[in-house]
Amino acid sequence: MATVELTFSPVPANVRTARLIASTLGRRNGLDESLVDEVKLAVGEACARAVSLHRRHDLAGDVRVCFSDDDGSFTVTVTDGGPGDAEVPPEDLADVAEDLDGDLPSGFGLAVVAGLVDDVEVTSSGSGTAVRMRWPVKG
Amino acid sequence: MDLSLETRTEGDRTVVVVGGEIDVYTAPKLREQLIDLVSGGAYHLVVDMEKVDFLDSTGLGVLVGGLKRVRAHEGSLRLVCTQERILKIFRITGLTKVFPIHNTVDEAVAATD
Repeated sequence: MATVELTFSPVPANVRTARLIASTLGRRNGLDESLVDEVKLAVGEACARAVSLHRRHDLAGDVRVCFSDDDGSFTVTVTDGGPGDAEVPPEDLADVAEDLDGDLPSGFGLAVVAGLVDDVEVTSSGSGTAVRMRWPVKG
Repeated sequence: MDLSLETRTEGDRTVVVVGGEIDVYTAPKLREQLIDLVSGGAYHLVVDMEKVDFLDSTGLGVLVGGLKRVRAHEGSLRLVCTQERILKIFRITGLTKVFPIHNTVDEAVAATD
């Protein structure tokens, strides 16, 4: 198993760096180009969410991203330093969109991740929320 | 790649040509542009997204905010996009029901309903 870890200060510009690394590693792990796009978007959303959370609550600490490949899959875990503040993604985005008369609800980014990626797990603990996303790598 | 913005007028429509990446970093720039246009009396906007390489939910939020602003003046906000990877995020989020999406700027400018 090979891993790459990235720790970054919660500023928007760093989300782009995380996206670039995500697509580079996804490609290197042999993901199809359409999946590389998906990885880039999903990792970007998860990181943007973490950065917004840090800024909204003025949290100390950094956002952590761990990339790893094992057992025929490519896994990315984005962890924030929030106090277990996992916004619940809207159940049905289409309904939310239909009724939309203002800004997008918080949790929308996470809902995009859930809509994009088949294998997602969100876990919250006292020290932060982790969004784990996994993609199959062709053999 | 950074965000590029160009605007021009076609009849009573204002066309905003967006290029590059619309994300958490650049979305504020697009938001400002849309607010400026609406403040300046442009209530019928066409946002051409054919040169957009990347769009995330922050960008979607800005477009939704723009839509809200033009609607307050009985205006419209139409999108031009044929790129599958950009359309995908509109589809996943159900926003295809919220925004009229056109294949060409001409089509969007001519649209009335």
